[in-house]
Amino acid sequence: MQKDFRLEWRQRAALNGMLLYVGSTVFVCYLSFSLRGGQLPAPAWNALFWIVLLFSAVNAVAKGFLQESRGRMLYYYTVVRPQAVILAKIGYNALLLLGLALVAFGLYAVVLGNPVENTPLFMGNMLLGAVGFASTLTLVSGIAAKATNSSTLMAVLGFPLMVPMLLLLIKVSKNALDGLEFEASQSSLLTLVALNLIVGAVSYLLFPFLWRS
Amino acid sequence: MKNTWWKALSVVLLLYVAVAGLLMPVPRLAILNESIRNLYFHVPMWFGMTFILIASVYYSVRYLRNPAPELDIRAHESARIGILMGCVGLATGSIWAKYTWGAWWTNDPKLNGAAIAMLIYGAYLVLRSSFTDEQQRARISAIYNIFAFATAMPLFYILPRLTDSLHPGAGGNPAFARYDLDSDMRLVFYPAVIGWTLLAFWLAQLASRVSLLKLKVYEKQLA
Repeated sequence: MQKDFRLEWRQRAALNGMLLYVGSTVFVCYLSFSLRGGQLPAPAWNALFWIVLLFSAVNAVAKGFLQESRGRMLYYYTVVRPQAVILAKIGYNALLLLGLALVAFGLYAVVLGNPVENTPLFMGNMLLGAVGFASTLTLVSGIAAKATNSSTLMAVLGFPLMVPMLLLLIKVSKNALDGLEFEASQSSLLTLVALNLIVGAVSYLLFPFLWRS
Repeated sequence: MKNTWWKALSVVLLLYVAVAGLLMPVPRLAILNESIRNLYFHVPMWFGMTFILIASVYYSVRYLRNPAPELDIRAHESARIGILMGCVGLATGSIWAKYTWGAWWTNDPKLNGAAIAMLIYGAYLVLRSSFTDEQQRARISAIYNIFAFATAMPLFYILPRLTDSLHPGAGGNPAFARYDLDSDMRLVFYPAVIGWTLLAFWLAQLASRVSLLKLKVYEKQLA
């Protein structure tokens, strides 16, 4: 499994592209809001941040399967178990998304101000979000890669599936922005963890079937 | 004609629900008033949808274990009937909301959750139509069906409970649950749930039969 992870890491050509994508999106947000002048209100800051993350996540993860060549897939198929492949992909995507989220947060804080008052909670929330997005989108991109019009399908399948997670994430991060105590968002965080576990487990179970075809 | 008793039961129960649901006395609750009768039509839709979607997932799991086209057709038709029930549920809820809350749609977690779950299943239909190879379509839509079920059910049953909601049964609004649901209403409500659920299964069965026949005709033409 570790070897598989390294294989994923090796073809990180898309990484720089993704970094640029996030950077330019944040900058566009900054430019469009600076026209009005003044500070963004916290709810808008929050919503915008998660929308930026959502779109960059879909773009980043979609690359995972869509760019995979047929020969390489066949090679993986003979060498490793499908479970190892999906776990490695999810792990890699989670790390990738976490990195992207951190970069986005840094840029965002620089140009649009940083109203976060409870930073550990915000970071933890971002970690859960990265893992959740990764486990949902990895399977979806695997499904979409099999179909004919994959890039449309990726958005159509991915967005509704991520909404439950996104709602919880936005709620918790709003709490973090307002500097509420940890207890206030405990139940949402637990649900988020449970949701991640469900999605991860279902991906783990279903991927071997997807792989075979 | 041995196995038709449950269809007859469904018809009888639904006739009873239509008559008794509109004529039987209902408790006077603030805000709800007579519109509480929607309980017999709106809520069973969601029950029926849940059961038929469970059946759909069951067929999908069986398809993955044993790829027979019949199982795929059953899973697909069950999911379609589930979507139909969900849409009718949204429509009845919307009409009810117009008269009770004064708006067709409100920004409420329960409503939004249901709408998003419908989108998830709408994506299932889109996914099915974007394959040309039948076996691949069957396998991948079975995978997505299971995945969709696992993410859609929290939208109905877990997430709305975490927040306050305008919807009856949450946030201190007059609820259909427990003490508010008096014994008169139970007499109609439980038959309504059973009746609509049976109707959903009946519809799914008919739809799958039609699809199976179409498949057979198609195979004959090929031969």
